[in-house]
Amino acid sequence: GAAGATGFGSMADTGLLESLLRLLEKVDGGTDSQDVAADLGVDHQVIVGAVKSLQALGEVISTEQKSSKHWELTGEGREIAEQGSHEARVFNAIPDEGLPQNELMKMPSGKVGFSKAMSNKWIRLDKAHEGGPRVFKTVETIEDTVRDKLQLVQKGQSAKLEDKEKNELKKRKLLSEVTVKSYWITKGSSFSTTITKQETELTPEMIASGSWKEKNFKPYNFEAMGVAPDCGHLHPLMKVRTQFRQIFLEMGFTEMPTNNFIESSFWNFDSLFQPQQHPARDQHDTFFISDPALAHEFPQDYMERVKKVHSEGGYGSQGYKYDWKIEEAQKNLLRTHTTAVSARMLYKLAQQEKFTPVKYFSIDRVFRNETLDATHLAEFHQIEGVVADYGLTLGNLMGVLHQFFTKLGITKLRFKPAYNPYTEPSMEVFSYHEGLKKWVEVGNSGVFRPEMLLPMGLPEGVSVIAWGLSLERPTMIKYGINNIRELVGHKVNLQMVYDSPICRLDS
Amino acid sequence: MPTVSVKRDLLFEALGQKYTDEEFDELCFEFGLELDEITSEKDIISREQGDEKAEGASDVVLYKIDVPANRYDLLCLEGLVRGLQVFKEKLEAPRYKRVSPADGGEPQRLVITDETASVRPHAVAAVLHDVTFTQERYESFIELQEKLHQNICRKRTLVAIGTHDLDTISGPFTYTAKPPGDIRFKPLNQSKEYTATELMSLYKTDGHLRHYLHIIENEPLYPIIYDSNGIVLSMPPIINGDHRKISLNTKNIFIECTATDLTKAKTTLDMVVTMFSEYCEEPFTVEEAEVVYPDGRLCVYPELAYRTETLSGDFINKRVGINESAESIAQLLTRMCLRSEVSGEGDLIQVEIPPTRADVIHACDIMEDAAIAYGFNNIVRSTPRTYTVANQLPLNKLTELLRQDLAAAGFTEALTFALCSEEDIADKLRKNIAETRAVHISNPKTAEFQVARTCLLPGLLKTLAANRKMPLPLKLFEISDVVLKDETKDVGARNNRRLCAVYYNKSPGFEVIHGLLDRVMQLLDVKPDRNQGYHIQAAEDSTFFPGRCAEIFSCGKSIGHLGVLHPDVISRFELTMPCSAIDIDIEPFL
Repeated sequence: GAAGATGFGSMADTGLLESLLRLLEKVDGGTDSQDVAADLGVDHQVIVGAVKSLQALGEVISTEQKSSKHWELTGEGREIAEQGSHEARVFNAIPDEGLPQNELMKMPSGKVGFSKAMSNKWIRLDKAHEGGPRVFKTVETIEDTVRDKLQLVQKGQSAKLEDKEKNELKKRKLLSEVTVKSYWITKGSSFSTTITKQETELTPEMIASGSWKEKNFKPYNFEAMGVAPDCGHLHPLMKVRTQFRQIFLEMGFTEMPTNNFIESSFWNFDSLFQPQQHPARDQHDTFFISDPALAHEFPQDYMERVKKVHSEGGYGSQGYKYDWKIEEAQKNLLRTHTTAVSARMLYKLAQQEKFTPVKYFSIDRVFRNETLDATHLAEFHQIEGVVADYGLTLGNLMGVLHQFFTKLGITKLRFKPAYNPYTEPSMEVFSYHEGLKKWVEVGNSGVFRPEMLLPMGLPEGVSVIAWGLSLERPTMIKYGINNIRELVGHKVNLQMVYDSPICRLDS
Repeated sequence: MPTVSVKRDLLFEALGQKYTDEEFDELCFEFGLELDEITSEKDIISREQGDEKAEGASDVVLYKIDVPANRYDLLCLEGLVRGLQVFKEKLEAPRYKRVSPADGGEPQRLVITDETASVRPHAVAAVLHDVTFTQERYESFIELQEKLHQNICRKRTLVAIGTHDLDTISGPFTYTAKPPGDIRFKPLNQSKEYTATELMSLYKTDGHLRHYLHIIENEPLYPIIYDSNGIVLSMPPIINGDHRKISLNTKNIFIECTATDLTKAKTTLDMVVTMFSEYCEEPFTVEEAEVVYPDGRLCVYPELAYRTETLSGDFINKRVGINESAESIAQLLTRMCLRSEVSGEGDLIQVEIPPTRADVIHACDIMEDAAIAYGFNNIVRSTPRTYTVANQLPLNKLTELLRQDLAAAGFTEALTFALCSEEDIADKLRKNIAETRAVHISNPKTAEFQVARTCLLPGLLKTLAANRKMPLPLKLFEISDVVLKDETKDVGARNNRRLCAVYYNKSPGFEVIHGLLDRVMQLLDVKPDRNQGYHIQAAEDSTFFPGRCAEIFSCGKSIGHLGVLHPDVISRFELTMPCSAIDIDIEPFL
């Protein structure tokens, strides 16, 4: 988060910071952190820490990262800078009366120092000396140039050496060339040589004492993300369902009781004037129930009227003229549409003493025994709206659909003649998709057939208009989901659920 | 919805006009058709079998047009063209006429015997006289029969069509039924004779015919049609005899339809003859045929019945929401092949329903056609004045309110399937399927759809399993319906609204789930109290870990369970961490 982006805990001690600032005060145009390290006689890494601490204080200094090549002593190089070169150490170990060679060779620097001192002609070897070969000094004093050179490098004065010299020391593995990341430090806009400690956060104590007025606060990093709140989430499809429910309620529609997934063929098909040989009643399209296989209770008079209108006609209809069988109507199934519930509700309405106009809606699950693909599941949610009143026209249906879809943010609608066994006229609803630049189907609608309504006992002049659409399709479009399994069912990606925005259908 | 494939150029030639794809699409839309796809044989083969196979195939442009399922009169090029031409007022709908044989002879006769009663009792027949086929007409004739078979004939179960070269057979014809062993003939496209029994096994592997075998396979008698010389015309609904097949040179065609549904047989026959009588020497005339029933009754086919309906202009106007004169409405209907005239009495209109429009069975069908011809999109859209007050379903209202607060309590909503396998609700939960009160599905295509769920827990556990990579803890809930058998209901089952939640983490977190129960009860304004409020009580339930399960009571009534899930349950759902769960019925809180 913004508050915790950089720590204040590693703050270098104030004395060092102020020394650095005083040094900076004296130079024009800035200085390199390596020079600062040399000047203050501390390790470069310590200065880097100090620079970072100063950066955290705001605009005290401004910095620019640099990288430079630089000579550094190796471990052996440091030893020599301290104790002298091997040859010098050998020379100094030899007393005036000389030293037996085998004793000299036992010294840590013996082997290398002996040969180097020999080639410098600082010593000589008397092989024929009695008691074994013996080494003697040949000069009184020596100048240990290797050590001197290394000490120069150690002091940061490698520039005083020639390249040839440095390369020779590198070959002897006493020097190495390293790349150093350093800072070019200049005075910042609020440069000062004294340090005021910055506070990370406002505390209850500061508020109580009023000390916050004198304090400097470390700036927040507003580039960082905040900490995610610990919360639960609603499912996107259910968020869309809530909005559709809201829309229907705003339009004065009453919710139907659709909590009955198991339905009889009678209410699902026969009452809707869907003939018993209709392909939708095939095993390939509908889930039938083996237990409990049959429905056992029907409004008898009404069922007789349904049978008659299918097999013989009536109510101004030719009927389908086939042998209607109660056995077919009794078969239980998983409802294939919520229109089965609309049929029950309209039948109930028809049993009222006096007809009253109604507007109904439902959003609930329906089931199809279909081939599954990226956009089809065996179950989905159907949204349905129904209006029953005297004298409703096809123009009224289009008017209601226009109002409904306007609330979904869809204003450009057109209607295509279609076929549906229980509505006549039937219309497919198309809306113009600005992205796809074409008309896409967004729902189905129609006027319920008299062969469905009149056997129920609804008055002759009453028309019932209805429309339906799936809940999944608009949700997939809204949330940009291509595979329905990522939205519905247990294979859902919970991260998608966590991340999904609120649903406003009209924007 | 049936799809009809027609050659574009042939279609435009017949329509007497060229259209752009967009223009034709528009025309379809207005008329209630859908230009589904623009393709070619080559495209289709290359898509289905690869480019190599498509080499040399025709690249003539094909229009695939979706036709409404009740418009059998639009299932071939001839019908489509006729419908659109009449719609565009370029053509008057033809009048179809049944005529006696041209040579003045006796009509063809089909005699039905008693034996057919048990298997396929109905038959109708007709003759197309002096037909002129071309390659395209011939193909369309065959194709229409196939479309009718797939649609109105319900894959030949209700009706099967047989068409024969009349000049190679001689009537009267006999439609009878015989034991399959007694039937022997050379079927279409075969070189030798088979018995019907042999044919059934021969066609077991036929990609097309095997789909129809089941219709008669288990019948003791198979339907069969002979001519007067004992030559087999067909063994409906499977196959025709080979001798009598139709060719490009056929002039006279005998058409028979055998059926289990007489209405559909008559309609099917009417469709075949109205569509192709166009190519008869005397166009749109069909020669009659007599059908004699076992009881001696004699019927003459095809019916080609015209029916007249009388309705008022006012009826149409009021139902559609337009204001047109009776004359204008009559004109609109005439454009839909429903020849109409104003009767002169008030605004009454006489509408003639032709044999091609079997879909028109009520005044509302006529009303729709008037609306289509007027143009759905020309109708003024108006708001109904219906005044109503909205009510929420109390159960859904409660569900909506609880969902919001469960999410506020830190649980994430899952949405799982209402259908699942028996295993999900029984074995995996360590329950016996017989005790679940589950509703069983008779025709699931896969095990995923064997039963309706009896509890929400399996769905939530499967959701956890699919999201094991997510950071822990996982806290999920769902409020939705399960289905239980219930004999008091008309269908023998009812839904039950349940609330289920799970907590999945390195430790079981019983206290988290228990805390959720307390919160839910607080939201429902039920106090912790053994008698008037809610309490939990140690219980044994095979789904839960022994000693880690409690039953939940509200006002003394058991409403569900909570506890730590049994390790076997966790493993069977392919989970690895401890998990606690709560499952309650929320209907008592309505």
